[in-house]
Amino acid sequence: MIKAILIFNNHGKPRLIRFYQYFAEDMQQQIIRETFHLVSKRDDNVCNFLEGGSLIGGSDYKLIYRHYATLYFVFCVDSSESELGILDLIQVFVETLDKCFENVCELDLIFHMDKVHYILQEVVMGGMVLETNMNEIVAQVEVQNRMEKSEGGLSAAPARAVSAVKNMNLPDMPRNINIGDINIKVPSLSPF
Amino acid sequence: MALKIVKGSIDRMFDKNLQDLVRGIRNHKEDEAKYISTCIDEIKQELKQDNIAVKANAVCKLTYLQMLGYDVSWAAFNIVEVMSSSKFTYKRIGYLAASQCFHESTDVIMLTTNQIRKDLSSPNQYDTGVALTGLSCFVTPDLARDLANDIMTLMSHTKPYIRKKAVLIMYKVFLKYPESLRPAFPRLKEKLEDPDPGVQSAAVNVICELARRNPKNYLSLAPLFFKLMTSSTNNWVLIKIIKLFGALTPLEPRLGKKLIEPLTNLIHSTSAMSLLYECVNTVIAVLISLSSGMPNHSASIQLCVQKLRILIEDSDQNLKYLGLLAMSKILKTHPKSVQSHKDLILQCLDDKDESIRLRALDLLYGMVSKKNLMEIVKKLMLHVDKAEGTTYRDELLTKIIDICCQSNYQYITNFEWYISILVELTRLEGTRHGHLIASQMLDVAIRVKAIRVFAVAQMATLLDNAHLLTGNMQRNGICEVLYAAAWICGEFSEHLENPMQTLEAMLRPKVATLPGHIQAVYVQNAAKLFATVLKSQEGNTDGTAAQETSQLMIERLPLFVQSANLEVQERASCILQLVKYIQKLQQKDVEVAEEVSALFAGELNPVAPKAQKKVPVPEGLDLDAWINEPPSESESEDEQPKAIFTKEEHKHSRPRHTEVDEKELAKRREARKQEQANNPFYIKASPSSQKVYQESTGVEHIPVVQIDLSVPLKVPAFTCSSGLPMSDQYVKLEEERRQKQRVEKKKKEKKKRKEKHSGRGKKRDSGPESEEDITPAHMVDIVTEEMPENALPSDDDDKDPNDPHKALDIDLDKPLADSDKLPVRSHRAAEAAKSPGEAGDAESAAAQEPKKKSGKDKREEKKKDKDRDRKKSKEEKKKKKHKHEEKEEDLLRGQAGEPVVQSEETSQVAEPPTSTSAEVSDLDFWLSNAPVPSNTQEAATVAAAEATPMPEVVSSTAPDSEPNEPKDAEMEETKSSKHKKKKQKKEKEEKEKKKKKKHHHHHRHSDGGGEESVQNGTVEEEEPLPSMSNYCLLAENSYIKMMMEDADQVCDIQGNLQDGSQVVVSVIFENKCDGFLKSMEFNVLDSLNAKLQRPEGSGPHDGLTVPFQLPPGVSNEARFVFTVQSIVMPQKLKGTLTFIVKNEDSSTHEKLDFKLHFTCTSYLITTPCYSDAFAKLLESGDLKCSSVRLEGVSMPFHHLLARICFHHHFSVVERIDSCSSMYSRSIQGHHVCLLVKTSAQTVSIDAKCDEPTLLGNVLDEIKQTFSQC
Repeated sequence: MIKAILIFNNHGKPRLIRFYQYFAEDMQQQIIRETFHLVSKRDDNVCNFLEGGSLIGGSDYKLIYRHYATLYFVFCVDSSESELGILDLIQVFVETLDKCFENVCELDLIFHMDKVHYILQEVVMGGMVLETNMNEIVAQVEVQNRMEKSEGGLSAAPARAVSAVKNMNLPDMPRNINIGDINIKVPSLSPF
Repeated sequence: MALKIVKGSIDRMFDKNLQDLVRGIRNHKEDEAKYISTCIDEIKQELKQDNIAVKANAVCKLTYLQMLGYDVSWAAFNIVEVMSSSKFTYKRIGYLAASQCFHESTDVIMLTTNQIRKDLSSPNQYDTGVALTGLSCFVTPDLARDLANDIMTLMSHTKPYIRKKAVLIMYKVFLKYPESLRPAFPRLKEKLEDPDPGVQSAAVNVICELARRNPKNYLSLAPLFFKLMTSSTNNWVLIKIIKLFGALTPLEPRLGKKLIEPLTNLIHSTSAMSLLYECVNTVIAVLISLSSGMPNHSASIQLCVQKLRILIEDSDQNLKYLGLLAMSKILKTHPKSVQSHKDLILQCLDDKDESIRLRALDLLYGMVSKKNLMEIVKKLMLHVDKAEGTTYRDELLTKIIDICCQSNYQYITNFEWYISILVELTRLEGTRHGHLIASQMLDVAIRVKAIRVFAVAQMATLLDNAHLLTGNMQRNGICEVLYAAAWICGEFSEHLENPMQTLEAMLRPKVATLPGHIQAVYVQNAAKLFATVLKSQEGNTDGTAAQETSQLMIERLPLFVQSANLEVQERASCILQLVKYIQKLQQKDVEVAEEVSALFAGELNPVAPKAQKKVPVPEGLDLDAWINEPPSESESEDEQPKAIFTKEEHKHSRPRHTEVDEKELAKRREARKQEQANNPFYIKASPSSQKVYQESTGVEHIPVVQIDLSVPLKVPAFTCSSGLPMSDQYVKLEEERRQKQRVEKKKKEKKKRKEKHSGRGKKRDSGPESEEDITPAHMVDIVTEEMPENALPSDDDDKDPNDPHKALDIDLDKPLADSDKLPVRSHRAAEAAKSPGEAGDAESAAAQEPKKKSGKDKREEKKKDKDRDRKKSKEEKKKKKHKHEEKEEDLLRGQAGEPVVQSEETSQVAEPPTSTSAEVSDLDFWLSNAPVPSNTQEAATVAAAEATPMPEVVSSTAPDSEPNEPKDAEMEETKSSKHKKKKQKKEKEEKEKKKKKKHHHHHRHSDGGGEESVQNGTVEEEEPLPSMSNYCLLAENSYIKMMMEDADQVCDIQGNLQDGSQVVVSVIFENKCDGFLKSMEFNVLDSLNAKLQRPEGSGPHDGLTVPFQLPPGVSNEARFVFTVQSIVMPQKLKGTLTFIVKNEDSSTHEKLDFKLHFTCTSYLITTPCYSDAFAKLLESGDLKCSSVRLEGVSMPFHHLLARICFHHHFSVVERIDSCSSMYSRSIQGHHVCLLVKTSAQTVSIDAKCDEPTLLGNVLDEIKQTFSQC
């Protein structure tokens, strides 16, 4: 069983946390800090296993991690998982991210935490490894992305909400103009 | 108004989405918290909107904030709202948020049940997938119970994507709702052979998780996994299976033997390191589990060690680490094979990676020998010096001590060396392990008498240089060693060269900065030293020197009297007064030294921990009696001062004792006693927990083994100041000593050596100089560590009582009972339709049943029943026929069931139609099947091979299994050996018989006749019993048309004890043709008296489906239950078996008629009866009498008895020569008593029974049995 998956950067900032056992938020943060502390002081050329942090589990648990550029991918697993198997799994996960985001970098993870979660959900489910075949994972993620796109996605939501309201109140307004208006307004008023 | 709405909407379009939020946070690095709190306010506003898109956006942002550590549980309800959106995009956001922040105590979870159920049955597989994923993270016992059935249905979904998720989530469901395990298990097992590799992998995953916690319940799956292992190519699956086997082998050594070969093959063939490593690991587990050697045992070990060496030598640090890890497992059982790689492991100590160094350290522990201990420790000491970072250094320190003191200092040949090592270790600054060093010093000084002179000298130096150790006292744990030093110097002060100097060192003002408990020891031991000094001074001088010493004490002690520490204060003031008194005496020129030293007289011996418990209470001493009358209740605070004291003590972890027999002890010993009780290191058989120390009173009574030194001690005049570290000099010295010894030994080759051996050393040859040749320089007192009789180390202790896996310890091989159903939503009315006669079996797990039962079910019942039902698979429908079932019901039904009943019901109720499962589940058979099928063999071939009766197989299994099986085997040679294995289900009954037999032997003890065995089926040495079987041919047929024989039936009818009106019929079906037999239906024409029990809802003339199919040559057993009204008469029932014979090109319907003969004997149950109860029964006079005579019976009497026992279910109560009383009981409770006598060839049987008709019939049947032979 995998107890937790943590992704944080070289400064210990969490980029994704996924606990498969309940911890309160403050405890989660403490675990991240402790794990970061343990992992960050290790050289890159030492082994990728750490006998668990005190917080996250007893003697049965191990931290297995990989360090990619600015990010640490840490899996906390118990003895039923194969150490080398999990290392491979982290590799598969990262390669999948790379495929899905096209040359993934830390920024992708920062701004698309939700998407990273969705990808992870296709790899690990409830602490158990669901799929290890990268092509299968990518295929499933893509199908779901297409579904989201066909529904208009979340990013389209506010705009569509506005148009819906406007259409309701001003039924004669031609649709394309309406959208055009909004499109003009957004850049002029947005704060960035 | 309208404008307002429009305005609100337009505002909304500027709502931040997740990316904006992240960007915002990044732009507000200085006031991040403030920024986020405004964002949360915005989110709260957004959540108030009706628009689901806005809500979803807000929830998405919350998920991000949750990651940053913000509690978002307040939005739980909004999350549920978003989850229930019909759009996949929003739903996914909702489920993600839920999975991140919901947990068992989130109360809104119970609102989600219906939504999740709806999503699970959604036509869109991704809706289902998202719901499953989410549920896997927040499933609660309630959700698990309510949704278990839905998820189980999904396990057979058409899409593998859903199937694999459903399979995986079942594990979570099992954890939360253990009752679901049994009903769901058959299907889970099916999924092991799913065509989709992902689903298969998921099933393997789940079963491995389950089996890891309760391996014994999954042993029966071993054959199936074995097959998977030899056929699968998916490394991930292979790893899991191989890991699982690693957990199973300790339970079943035969499995290990079977595994070795394929695993070895894998080790040789695989290129995947992960797989190789797991194989090696499992082979190690197998080798550990095989206590007795097997031929290629050492070859396997060698292979493992060799492969591990390759891993350790690899440049990849991960492999190195794992190699060392696995090596340490081998070390426990096969230390020798690891020891040869010492070089490699020592090399790893130099590795830059701390994890690897620690692993190597672990290994070192097991690799030391007398010969290399000094060398290894020397190397470690070098590392101690080099080590930066205190954790690793401390680890080294504890390892050094562990290595040295292991198995009672087995490997230490020179204790001077060890003491100097310990002294060297005290130079470590900032270590936390001062107390460890201190306890070692004390232990060695107390237990190795010969070392005391040396130890005392070293300790005196330590005390003298105390200022070096105590640089910054507060955080320096090393000052603990001063505790030991002071105590040793005081206790063994007679060995001190210059006690005066040490006394002065102990009374330095700086001592007052030491921790309290150390000061206390200082004060006490200063007093001891004082006594010694006085003694020496009084002897030779005029007495002024002695007076000066007293003066010194009087000057220095007040410092301690002022101590804030109670203990120090108390001791100091006592001693101060004592010394003042002594001074007075001295001034009067009284010789006091003798009396003062008498205060501390007596030898201290090491005491075994727990020894206190062994001290017998002296006669006449009642420890519970009041010494004084108990004080009135108002004075219950009496204890208080003591309590405070104890508390104080506790702070220093120094438990203290009040002596029970205080009054009996001489006053002068009291101080010493106290000292002993207070000294945690006093009893030091092993460095162990504080608890031990509390038992240190009553020391005198304990016998202690003392071994005196036989080797003269060389105490060289080395000092710390010489160039080499002390320990190194001892290494040299030790080498010289050994050299000398060797020379000596050569001289007197044959002569028995004078020196005593420790005798504890394992005999190992390590190079030219064997272990035996190294004689230890000193001996250690061996204190046998005794355990009180009742204090066995319990392995249950390490199991967490709250471990959810405990509830999953469920026997899965037991066939499903009717009660083993998942709760299916159905209308309450359905409950009424439940059959009253139905036997239920509330699993042990029922106790774990979640107590909460909400009214939720009603809500759920509302509408979705129909569409869901349509989706159900056939099996589900079948189960539904039984109208199951709210959980309370299961509880109510209690534990009426019995294994036999259940097994019968399985045949009626759905069992997975896996044709192979029936065979593979027969673990014993599989395991005994010596030849290992090669990897390429198809499953069918395996099955066929197993089913083929092979004489060797039978004979090899026989010793392990029931004793009467070989008999059966003889008789039924022509049939597949499968039959007998199946019979093991009846082991219970047979065990009963066994018990009876034992009992019988007891009674027969006196007659001492040559005939040993009266019990049926027992293998007798001189005169084997004839083979017997209750299986008789029921019907057989052959088809000329097909040119082959088809099937035969053998049946055994047995009553069932639990239910007075039920009889179980076991029928073995054997396929004798080479076609496949399927769709077997078993039907019997009911009579008025006897009826076949059919599943609920089927008509009185419907047949029962036999729950298996038969491949060619295979046989299997099915059980059918009949209800019988009256049992006093035998009866026959007509029946038919219909089946389909399927060949490669055709299939035909066939039919076979048979007659089931219910004899009265079959209603009897073997019941053991004691002779006194038997006598009472006969005396009662309720029984009717009848008798029968058998002529011409030529068999020996014990055969005759065995036959009656076996065929007619009697048990022998008592037997005297050729006369025996026997007893049995019918399923309806009639007692049947027999008195069997034999003379010449006539056997007379007098029988008594409370039911004459039954008795008559039974006697007829007995008569018939003997007329046949």
